[in-house]
Order: sequence, then structure tokens, then C-alpha cells
Amino acid sequence: MAEYKGVLIYAEIGEGKLKAISTELLGCGRKLADDLGQELCAVLVGSGVSSLAREAIAFGADKVYVVDDPLLEDYQADSYVSVMAKVVKQVMPQILILGQTSIGRDLAPGLAFRLGTAAATDCIELAIDPDSKLMWQTKPVYGGNAQAIFTCQSYPQIATVRAKAMSPLERDDSKQGEVITIGADLDASAIRARVLEKVREEVEGIKLEEAEVIVSGGRGIGGADGFKQLEELAKILKGAVGASRPPCDNGWVADSLQVGLTGKIVAPNLYIAVGISGASQHISGCSGAKNIVAINKDPEANIFRQAHFGVVGDWKKVLPAFTSKVRELLAE
Amino acid sequence: MNVIVCVKQVIDPEAPPASFKIDPTGNKMVTPPGVSPVVDPYAEYAVEAALRIKDVQGGKITAISLGANLVPEMVKKPLAMGADELILLADEAFAEGDSWSTAYALGMAIKKLGDYDLILCGREASDWDAGQVGSGIAEFLGLPSVSLARKIDITEGKARVERVTDDGYEVVEVSLPAVITVSNELGEPRYATIKGIMIARRKEPVVWKPADIGVESSQIGAAGRRSQLLKLFQPVREGKCEVAEGDSPEEAAVNLALKLREAKAL
Repeated sequence: MAEYKGVLIYAEIGEGKLKAISTELLGCGRKLADDLGQELCAVLVGSGVSSLAREAIAFGADKVYVVDDPLLEDYQADSYVSVMAKVVKQVMPQILILGQTSIGRDLAPGLAFRLGTAAATDCIELAIDPDSKLMWQTKPVYGGNAQAIFTCQSYPQIATVRAKAMSPLERDDSKQGEVITIGADLDASAIRARVLEKVREEVEGIKLEEAEVIVSGGRGIGGADGFKQLEELAKILKGAVGASRPPCDNGWVADSLQVGLTGKIVAPNLYIAVGISGASQHISGCSGAKNIVAINKDPEANIFRQAHFGVVGDWKKVLPAFTSKVRELLAE
Repeated sequence: MNVIVCVKQVIDPEAPPASFKIDPTGNKMVTPPGVSPVVDPYAEYAVEAALRIKDVQGGKITAISLGANLVPEMVKKPLAMGADELILLADEAFAEGDSWSTAYALGMAIKKLGDYDLILCGREASDWDAGQVGSGIAEFLGLPSVSLARKIDITEGKARVERVTDDGYEVVEVSLPAVITVSNELGEPRYATIKGIMIARRKEPVVWKPADIGVESSQIGAAGRRSQLLKLFQPVREGKCEVAEGDSPEEAAVNLALKLREAKAL
């Protein structure tokens, strides 16, 4: 194993720039690489992505590997696993980190199995054990009811990291680094899946992941109509509306509004949970919020164990009064 | 269409959060008293996806469960929902595996079954929330895979899959046989009918031991792991909830707004 060295970040690109998760990974990877006294590298995979190598360096990478090929226009496992297996065999990193995104959660396990190593998905903390120099991979398990620390004794140690769990470094455009091109060498006939269409389901207004204030509703809201009142409060607070899983499963709101382990991970300044019991899988998605406020009629609801502020009462009575007081306070 | 669905038995994830306790010596989750194990809810979506395909295409659905201490009445749930056969990889040696050893054993069992067009798994299991076994089975069997499906249509030897992405979905076409993992956006799984429950009750699952699928006990369960569990723990949240009081819900609401203002959260 001695020949494996360094930390490699799989950087994702969206709308012509590095995705936020990628800068977060570079921030986390920089620390791991420094703790090991090794290099931090990034890899960019796609079509027409070469121009972003400089950006990865500015956010902390010492070296950037680029695999740029028209066959890599869309993500799918066959081509990406094979390309990344080739990259890993050439770069031989001790650690490979990806984002817990729709790409990373698919690519990381596929690659781990291809390479005969193990991956830990959805990590919220990564650290180097000072004795063994192995990476401790901490991730929520049992729907957020516990956390587990994993290690893997084969290289590369692969982990995916949850959005907003790590902090990016300040961008430094003066930072120097090396850019290395790797050929994809793909055989088009060996790709057994292809993307026919990509559909964005954007909600109007502020994006959940970027909102400073989120007003979320749960099963207790009782139907689509109730969410109109949450929208009103969100509008006053210049925030976004979210939901726990039951309103999505029941079709009261779009699936894209779901906050939780299987939905969006958010970390706003203010998270107002209305009629949400606080299942661990939901808490997983909002526990990074600076202030959590619970409005629920059940004083025993788990949400009160997570919230910083709360009111015990029927939301139908609490919310209108709360909304009008908020409007008044903000007008002052 | 022959569809294989992998179904895990887990501690009921809907059990109250406070009932989840860790065995301090074993680094294991203790089954909460009075809480029965269930079919993993994510796997139920995979069973539902298989049933929807069978509704249109006809064919046969085989469910596979792996583990030790499988509860017979519980693991029969896919049969009660409409699956045709149930295979149990039931042995102490299969227990305490990781994604690697679990995918390996399932892959070998599927290889033994041989005749399949599609393999479905849940997007992850609600105990370890890893989401890796589907990819692993695909790698072991040399099959293509698509994860996070919210809709699957079969046409002319191909599957057309709506795959959930971070900002919507994409339509992916994959040749069969393939492995597809199913997400909860698929929509609610059907209930078992009385008739289904009666049929399931009479049906005996096929039980396979490690030797039946040609695997050594060193390759499966705890012995076959490629990742090590160092520690399982429950972080304690510091501080407590400041509850706003009032003579009426309306007054409490006003006090909540004032508290938030004071804390500069508004």
C-alpha cells in the first residue's frame, strides 16, 4: 500500500462553475492532506470542463486532473466508473472524496466495488487518526438516530460527504498548481445506459438550499391548503417553504420541497417547523440550522428535543398570530 | 419479465427516536423492546416497482432476504403484496456484513437463480443508510445499474428510468438485464390484500445456506467486510428548547415572535 499517496477530490460542475459541494470538499480535503503531509488533488470529469481546473486550484487543490470527453457529457455509471477507475489507478490516492449528490452517491459505491475497496456514504465528518493515519469516516445511521465511525484498511479509502457539512476555503486566484490531462479511452459500445432527457423541477422563488429562512410543514398541516399559510409567512421572511416527508408522499407539495435524509439538506439561519413531529430522518436534513423553531400541539413531539424555540399549540391558531406579529416587527 | 427484488429486514425506522439505544459493548443497535422488525420501507418501494412492472408485463417476481434471525411472518410481506417466490439467505454467517459482503452474497444467490431480466433494490436500507448494495450487485454480476428511480417503464428489452437528481429528474435508458435502485418518489407501496396474506401464509420460502450459493463463510457477513465499524454512538444535543407561553395560542405565538426578535433570529 506504500505507493498510494495524497487526497483526491471528485469535483462536480454545474452551470459552468464548480458546485458549492466541490468547494466544500476541497476545504475538507485540504485539511486531511495537510494532516497527512500530502498533496491535495482534484479531478474534473465531463465534457468541456477543462477551463474549470484553475478554479479548483484557487479553492485549494495542488494538482488538477482533467478527463474531458464528449462521451462524458452526461453522468451514468458505466462510463464514469470506468473513467474514475482509470484515474485512481494512475493517481493512486490514499483518500478519494466525493459529494453526497445524485452523482456521488451512485459513483462512489460503483467505484469502490470495481476497485475492491469500501466506501462510506453521506459522511458529516472526516478526520485522520493520528496513530494509524487511516481516515475516520463519521456518518449518520438508522435514519439519524445514531452516528457511526467507519474505517477502511484498503486504499483508496472512499467517502461521500453531505452538503454543507464542510466549509470551503477563501478563493485565492494567486495560488499556483498543476493541470494534468488524462484520456477517457472510452469504448462507446460498452456504455449500456444513456441519458435521454434532463428535467429541472425548480420551484419559484428562493431555492431551499440557499434560503436564509425556511418555513416547513409536516403531516400536521393536513393538506395542500394549509401550505398557503406557510407560504405567506415565508414570503414575509423572504424565505422558502419546505416540508417533511408525509406532505410530499401525500402529494400536498412537490417532492422537491422535502427536507431530510432523502430530500434536501439545509442549513438556514432560521428554520420554522410547523406540524412536524421531528422524525430523525427529517432532523438529519435541518439540524444544521442556526435556530430551529417548533410549532406543534404535542409537547412530547421529538421536534421539541431538537428545537431552540417553540410553542405548544394548534398551528391553525398559532400561525396566523405569529405571522401578523412577525409582519409588525419587521415593519418597525 | 423475471424480476428479482432484494428486501432487508430492519429495526422499524418509524419507532420513536427515543427508543433507539446502542448496546455499549457490542457497537450494535439494540432492538427496542416492543418494537418488531419490519421489511425495510425503502425495499417496499422496490417491491411496489416490481409489482407495477408485473401488472403491465406479466412475469414472475422473486424476493430475496438475507440475514440471521429473519422473522418468517415478516419477511413474507413481499409475497403478501404479490411477489411469487421468496428466497431466504438465512444463516448466522450472513449477519453483520457491510455493503461489500452483503452485495457479494446477494450477487451469488442471483447468479444461482440465473434467469432474470431486472434486479431491484431500495435506494438504501433504513438502518445503515449506505445505498451501496445495488451498485455492488451490478459490479459482481457485470450488469449496468441506475440508481434512485422514481418510475420504470419496460419496452423492447430496455428499461426507461426516471432517475431523481439534485434539481429534478433525468430519463435514462438502460439495456436489460440491469440493476435499478428505487426511491420513495415512486409513490406509496400497495397494501397486502387478505387474499395475498392467505397465499403468503401457505407459501414456504426457499432457504439457502452459504454452501448452496457457493460462498465461503470468510467472504460473507462480518468476516467478509471491507469496512470496519469503529464506533456507534448517539450525540447528545446541548441546550434545550425555550418554549413561549401564553394564556392563549395566539398570545404564545406573539411571545414566540418577541423571543425570536430578542435572540436576533428575526
